[in-house]
Parts: sequence; structure tokens; C-alpha cells
Amino acid sequence: MSALLERRLLVVTGKGGVGKTTVAAALGLVAARAGMRTIVAEVAQRGDVASVFEREGSEPFEEVDLAPNLFHISIDPQDALEEYLRDQLPSGAVAELLIRSRVFAIVAAATPGMRELLTVGKLWELAQLDRRTPGAGAYDLVVVDAPATGHGVAVLSAPRTFAAAAGGGPVARQGKIIDAMLSDPQQVAVVAVATADELAVTETGSLRSSLKERMGLPLEHVVANMLDPDRFSAAEATLLEPHVRHPAVARALRGHHRALRQRAQLARLRELTGRAPAQLPLHPGGPDLELLADELEQQL
Amino acid sequence: MTTARGIAERLEDKRICIVAGSGGVGKTTASAALALGLAATGKRVAVVTIDPARRLADALGLEQLGNEPRLVDPALLDANGVEMRGELWAMMLDPKATFDGLIDKLAPDERTRDDVLGNRIYAQLSSAIAGSQEFSAVAKLYELDRDGDYDAIVLDTPPSRNALDFLDAPDRLTDFFEGRALKLFLVPTGIAARVLGAGTSVVFGILKKLTGVNLLDDVSILFRAMGGLIDGFRERATAVKALLADPGTTFLIVASPEREPVAEAIFFRQKLREARMPFGGLIVNRVAVLDEDEDADLIAIRAALRDELGDALATKVAQSAADLQLLASRNAEAIERLKAAFDEPEPIVVPRLDGELQDLDGLLVLYGMLTSC
Repeated sequence: MSALLERRLLVVTGKGGVGKTTVAAALGLVAARAGMRTIVAEVAQRGDVASVFEREGSEPFEEVDLAPNLFHISIDPQDALEEYLRDQLPSGAVAELLIRSRVFAIVAAATPGMRELLTVGKLWELAQLDRRTPGAGAYDLVVVDAPATGHGVAVLSAPRTFAAAAGGGPVARQGKIIDAMLSDPQQVAVVAVATADELAVTETGSLRSSLKERMGLPLEHVVANMLDPDRFSAAEATLLEPHVRHPAVARALRGHHRALRQRAQLARLRELTGRAPAQLPLHPGGPDLELLADELEQQL
Repeated sequence: MTTARGIAERLEDKRICIVAGSGGVGKTTASAALALGLAATGKRVAVVTIDPARRLADALGLEQLGNEPRLVDPALLDANGVEMRGELWAMMLDPKATFDGLIDKLAPDERTRDDVLGNRIYAQLSSAIAGSQEFSAVAKLYELDRDGDYDAIVLDTPPSRNALDFLDAPDRLTDFFEGRALKLFLVPTGIAARVLGAGTSVVFGILKKLTGVNLLDDVSILFRAMGGLIDGFRERATAVKALLADPGTTFLIVASPEREPVAEAIFFRQKLREARMPFGGLIVNRVAVLDEDEDADLIAIRAALRDELGDALATKVAQSAADLQLLASRNAEAIERLKAAFDEPEPIVVPRLDGELQDLDGLLVLYGMLTSC
């Protein structure tokens, strides 16, 4: 875990429905417990991180605190654009003119990679020790609740794509600076979340290749989420078989077989990613962040 | 709605069934199962899927993106024990090919078409502004419906985070084409341009200075070329919007009983209401359920099994039962939340199944569950 917490940016991604937001929040909690000033940033979503902490969704782009040392922000590309213009342009009046201009909005939207670049630019800004946002404090760690797998890599590679397409100018220069950080494994770690089912495992395998190919980054950690308890040994299952007419035994055996199928998928996950996945149990009563953070502390 | 109605009954008079919900809830599988089931009863059905899992694509014989529905081989269905009285057609949506096809159809001449399709930023534009996947999906739906080859079309919606992108797609496109800004690009000379042009060139100038991108010329070339397509696009977007609200169309919302999908489903239901779009039913997928005859008393379970299994193993069985009970009651609470928000007393509840439902057998099992509710 300590190696993970030495990074500036932890990018948590995975297929839809695997509990990515919960794992990102739990990772944030681990860091916050270690005394690090941490922010969990979600990208173009609607207050999911806040609701994991049973809080009302915040206004987009506002840094709010969820727990001691733990903050949250929801990044919207439009807000990022406005902040960027206000920061970059010498005159506030010119920035406001641009922000209100529909022509500008359309051109900005039509410029390849602009949306992703702005999002990632804000992530980069959050990770700076010397923040550009006036009056904002520095964070020790930024945990990103990234978009689902395919798009996640697109977001990370946006500055590179943009810098290559643009000839010069400040945005391309800044794109290169941002890319240098994002592709530096000393500063950035990508954590993939998967459930132990075939689709999610396959997708995690593809994530590993595209991450390597497009960013030169390894998949730092893999988290297998919502696992059923592996409660019975093979010998115990054999003992249970004759009593299958008892409904509770039948149910227990079904659970056992589910756990066995999950083991097989975990083996695939390990093989496809070259990583021993951290294993988080399904909490039947709903995810308990403190317990998940305990597990992650021990396993990563 | 006072009585429980199975899915077949809900879809009886519908030409179009749009399956919506957040990522990872089993939308694609549910869409395929519905289409297969409807076809089995004698209808000619097309299912439009977006990025299906490999195994599902294989099961339907979809080797590659075709962008036109293909007949699922009746022999394949027969071999899997499916008694097919109608026809099942399936396709994987290719968003770019659909959008390109639309440009091709709407362009007034070849030169305009080539200007648009060959433009460096066209691909980007189509995804950034039109919401390419979403718009392509409804555009394809519209074409398939207009061609009239099918009794029913089942559309699996894109795996976007926000299902609303899908509902908004036609509006956003119209909005974009009707925007004042676009007209500025389209009228580069003339009085309007001279009056408004100064502001525009300032915007261009600043943007170019900031980004250093030479694409701005491409942007204006593209917008000028697109000018010839405006009317066609506007008409198409209006027609697509009307189709979504048509009485022959219905939206099915799929959720799993977890926090995010539940919130997303409720949000989407609300948006459907606001947009006066037709809602056909709620499917809650992957639900942990207890059979009614299952003994819920953990102490009794232990007592009953202790003699035969020994205390340690009997305790584990009881723990296993306790876990399932807790999960089932949490799932039941989620369903109650959905019922209240949807004002739907009898949603279709599909229990979580052992194994994955990616093959034809699995689809039939799922269809059986959808109809038996």
C-alpha cells in the first residue's frame, strides 16, 4: 500500500457496475487514515462518491470534505474550461466573453480531445503542490474515480493526443507537461476494479494492453470486488451433498458453486493481468467503506 | 396498474422496445432475450445491440459489425432447442458507419458529402456534439422502423454513464444545427458576418493562440459543408424525436438492486416522465431472492443439521443462510425504493442466476423469467 500512496494520482477504472466508485472511495479513505490530505475526484458523474459517503451530491467543481482529511470533487469539462480561461487569460473580461460565446463553446467542443484534455488538466491541477486555483490547499494524493474502462484510457491519453495534433501554443505545451506526469509510473498508478465474472475479467485484460500501448503504464493493482465468501472446502461440500434436500444446505451448496466459479475467474484475472488481485468480499448488507479500507490496507 | 403483467403482454402492441439502464446491469442480455422470445412467438424481430459480449455475439452468430440486421440462423436456434415460429434478426451497431451513412443520405451532392466525410475533425465533431453512439442508435432505429421490415425492434442502449444522453441526442443535434453560432460560420460574408464577424474572429484568434491548433480552418470548412445538410438533419432529428414518443414505442428500464443502478433508473424514469416518453416496465435484474419455503430461522437450521453435519459445518451453513438473508433483504429494500419511485407495484424481478447467460439457452431461460412474472 505504501508504494501506492507515494504516487500523486491514483486512477481507478473498470467496467460499469463493478463498484469502481466504492473502491475509489475506500482507497481515498485508506490514504486519509494515513494522515494524507486526499481528494477523490469523479469525472463527469453525478455525485456518486458523495453518495457512497451518504452525503448529498455537491455542486460540481466544489471541493468538499467527506471525512477527516478526505475531500471530494466532481469534474465537469465546462467548469474546467471556464476555470482554465480565467486562469490563462490576462483579462477577466475577455475570459467572460469567451465563456459566454456559443461560437467558442462549439469550437472548443469540436476540437479533438478538448473535453478529455480539460478534465485531465483539472486532475493535474489538483495534483500540484502549488495549486493554480486561488486559495486552494495542496493535496497529498488525488484518487480518480475514472470513467468506465475504454474511456478511462482515452482520458489519460488526451494530453498526448492533443499535443501531437496541435503544432504549438500554450495548450500544446501544457499538454506535454501533463502527459509527462500522467505517463510517469512514479507519479501515477492505475488500479483496475473487476468483479469475478467473465465479461469484467476480459475487459480488465484489454485494459492492461491498451494502457501499456497508449500510455506505457503498467496496471499497478487489480481489485476483485464483491466476491462471495469461499466458505466450504471441497471435503465439506462432499459432506453437504447428501443433505441437499434441506433448503439451507441446497442454498449453501449453490453459494459454494458460485464461489468456485469466481475462483476460476480470479485465476483468469491473474493470468490476464499478471497481477494477484486484491480480493474484496461482497458485503451482504451493503458496502462498508471502513471494512473495505481495512482490507485494502492489508492487501495492497 | 393493478395486476402483474408479464413482459409479452406489455409489449404486445409495441413496434419498438428501447432497453435502458446503467452499465453492468445486463441490458444487452435482456435485450437479446426479449428479442429471441418475441421472435419465438412468431414475430419478425430485429435486435440492435451495442458492443455485446463476445459470447453473446457468438451465440447470435454476429461475427463482425455489419450495421444491417442479419438473420440468426434458424438451424442454430433449432440446434439449441429453440422452437422458432418467427424470425430473429440481429445487428451490432457501428456508430460511425451509421453517422457516415446519414451524411451520405442527407448531403445534397457528392462534393458536400466528401468534404464532410473527409474532414479531419468530422469524427471528433460527430462524437463531441451529436453524441455519436446515442444519436446513431436512434438514427438506426428510425431507419429500421421506416423500412418497415420488422414487426418489432428491440434496441439495446449505449453503455453510457448517463442514459439521458440517449434521450437528449436528437435535441442536442437540432439545437446545434439551429444555433446562431453555426449560422455565423455558414455566412462568412455579407452584412451579418460584418456585424457579428468581429466577435467571431476575436474568439478564433484567442482560441488559436491558446491551442496552437490549425484545425480551426477545418472547423469552418466542415461547418460550411454541413450547411447543406442542415434541413435534412433537422427533419431527421424531429422525426427521431417523434418516434421516441410514439405510442408504438416503449421504454423498458433495467436496474440491478444496487445503489448506483437504482439511482440511475429512478433518474431515468423521472426524465421519461418529464419528456412524456412512453414507459413500458421496470426489470430488476440479478436479485437475491429467498424461496418462500426456505427456513429463515438460523438457530433452527443449526439445530436441524448439527447431528448429521457436526456443529462446525452446521454453523457454516447457517452463516451462509444468514448472509443470503441479509443480501435478499437489502435487495428487497432496493426494490421497494424502485417501486415507490416508479409508482409501479409489480416490477419484473429476475433472480440472480447461477452461471452467465450468454448463450441461447441462457437467453431462453431469461426470457422465461421475464414472461412468467
